[in-house]
Amino acid sequence: MTLAWRNLWRNHRRTIIMLAAISIGAWAMIFMTSLMRGMVNEMLRDGIRALPGHVQVHNSQYRDDPSVNNLVSMTSAEIEGALAGAGVYRFTARVRVPGIISSERESRGVTLLGVDPLQEASVSAVGSNVVEGRNLEGPDDGGVVLGRKLAEKLETEVGKRVVLMSQDPDNEVADRGYRVVGLFEANLAAHEEAFVFAGRETVQKMLRIDDRVSEVAVAGDDYRVVDALLARVRAAMNDEDEVLPWTELDSYLGTMLGVMDGFVLVWVVVIFLALSFGLVNTLVMAVFERVREIGLMLALGMRPSSILGQIIVESVLLLALGLVIGNALAFASVIPLQDGIDISIVAEGMEMFGASSILYPEIELGDVILANVVVLVLGFLASLSPAWRASRYEPVEAITKV
Amino acid sequence: MTAVRCIDLCKTYRQGDQDIKALDHVDIEITQGGFVCLSAPSGGGKTTLLNAIGGLDIPDSGEVWVAGQRIDNLSKGDLAALRLKEIGFVFQAYNLIPVLTARENVEFVMQVQGVAPADRLQKSKAILEEVGLQGLEDRRPAEMSGGQQQRVAVARAIVSRPALVLADEPTANLDSKTSDGLMELFVELNENHNTTFIIATHDQRVMAYAKRLIKMLDGRIVDDIEQRAA
Repeated sequence: MTLAWRNLWRNHRRTIIMLAAISIGAWAMIFMTSLMRGMVNEMLRDGIRALPGHVQVHNSQYRDDPSVNNLVSMTSAEIEGALAGAGVYRFTARVRVPGIISSERESRGVTLLGVDPLQEASVSAVGSNVVEGRNLEGPDDGGVVLGRKLAEKLETEVGKRVVLMSQDPDNEVADRGYRVVGLFEANLAAHEEAFVFAGRETVQKMLRIDDRVSEVAVAGDDYRVVDALLARVRAAMNDEDEVLPWTELDSYLGTMLGVMDGFVLVWVVVIFLALSFGLVNTLVMAVFERVREIGLMLALGMRPSSILGQIIVESVLLLALGLVIGNALAFASVIPLQDGIDISIVAEGMEMFGASSILYPEIELGDVILANVVVLVLGFLASLSPAWRASRYEPVEAITKV
Repeated sequence: MTAVRCIDLCKTYRQGDQDIKALDHVDIEITQGGFVCLSAPSGGGKTTLLNAIGGLDIPDSGEVWVAGQRIDNLSKGDLAALRLKEIGFVFQAYNLIPVLTARENVEFVMQVQGVAPADRLQKSKAILEEVGLQGLEDRRPAEMSGGQQQRVAVARAIVSRPALVLADEPTANLDSKTSDGLMELFVELNENHNTTFIIATHDQRVMAYAKRLIKMLDGRIVDDIEQRAA
């Protein structure tokens, strides 16, 4: 180890240049991954909190036909009892149907959500950021909360009345006038334009569906680990209803999670490939400079396998040192940015992908481990060739090498 | 007791389109405690013979026996183990590892042998003192003269008390005073520890120290002279 360490510093300049390359490479791997991870995680969280929750319950026909005819088989009260019995407390049972909202000037197609605002806040963020007026006060609230953008399109405002229209189970028009009690803002403009929140009981009365709901959204602790929650909810609900995790409900988001993991690996490997040329070159030069010395060590009785190990230890030391510096740099870069980076200048474009205008870099332990392991393992493999070459020298030829 | 035995050794090198016979049917037997000088003009085959005895070079034909073991058919790993255990080497130049201090260079062989650190330290200090390098233990080769470096190499070669020391032109880069000092050290080790020395040289002053002088020419032994009693 002493010999390996001292050999590293024989040529200070070369070692420092290589260390800088490895450090910057490791920094780029972790820092860029943290930006991408932050953006995607934010998209995922926003997407999940935008209504789905981690697990949802529907009538088995609802996803094909999200109409009032396809309701969950249990009533709100039965659902609350069943889920509480299964130890599930963060859920919301909501009516969710397509509808038309009309102001005195405009009409637009929307998704009408009949919610219990207290339950809803435990699962979903959409609608909770009321920036004008007030939020709904209970499931029997007679008002509606609209997105700010929708209000602008409808040319309406807090205090004015709108009419919401949908269909009841008999395919008759069901409509009701509501007072606009609040306006909300959401991360995504599309949410502000699409969703209209009203009290669940009020919507149930309007649609004449008694205490029935369209969907139940359940939130767990970690959106990456939903299997146990899924099993508990499935056990609590009737078999005829469909219970699905968010990854299946929103395949775009689910796929994105998998794609991101793959992207991180590709990104890390690509950067390493760029690094590996420098690493191999450094080791080849280091070996070439010491041919006589390697010959001497072989002549003195060092086994070829020990020479191989010696060169690999040098390589791993160089990589480890570079990684320590690179990791420190990455953490030092990300920590000051954890309050978010304002990317509003490109936010409109980002919103197309469901991303918000503030980017929060996130360092995930798994990504850091992946970057470090990839560099160490591939670096080890890259150093095998020069190390093998060194171990194959004939001592008598190496000693006399000019 | 026989320390080294070579039977009908032949070795040919290809140089351009010419075959050079470096060893041409060489037979030699050296007893334990021998102090032998191999003398030959450049290209006479003395270094090739030394390398064959040290297991650094494999002859084309013939047999090499060291410490009662035939070595010309051993694997690289076994040869390395034999050199580590039985043979000390002193080369003409590039003898030391430049990033290690004198003491660490001496300890190197013991470290490869797996000797415990405390034991290594004690032995390396003692041997450096024996070769007159006390106080220079922590110097690196670049901070020492050629003679001092060669003494470190000798210390490394003998620290594990090998039965056989092979030295290839050990005084080639040394002045006469330093050469004499080094040869006196070899003689002392030979007499006190019964270490066998085989020294390749074309330096007449070095040859004068030998108990036995073997002269080579064009890969053949042309003269074998007992100079003083073994």
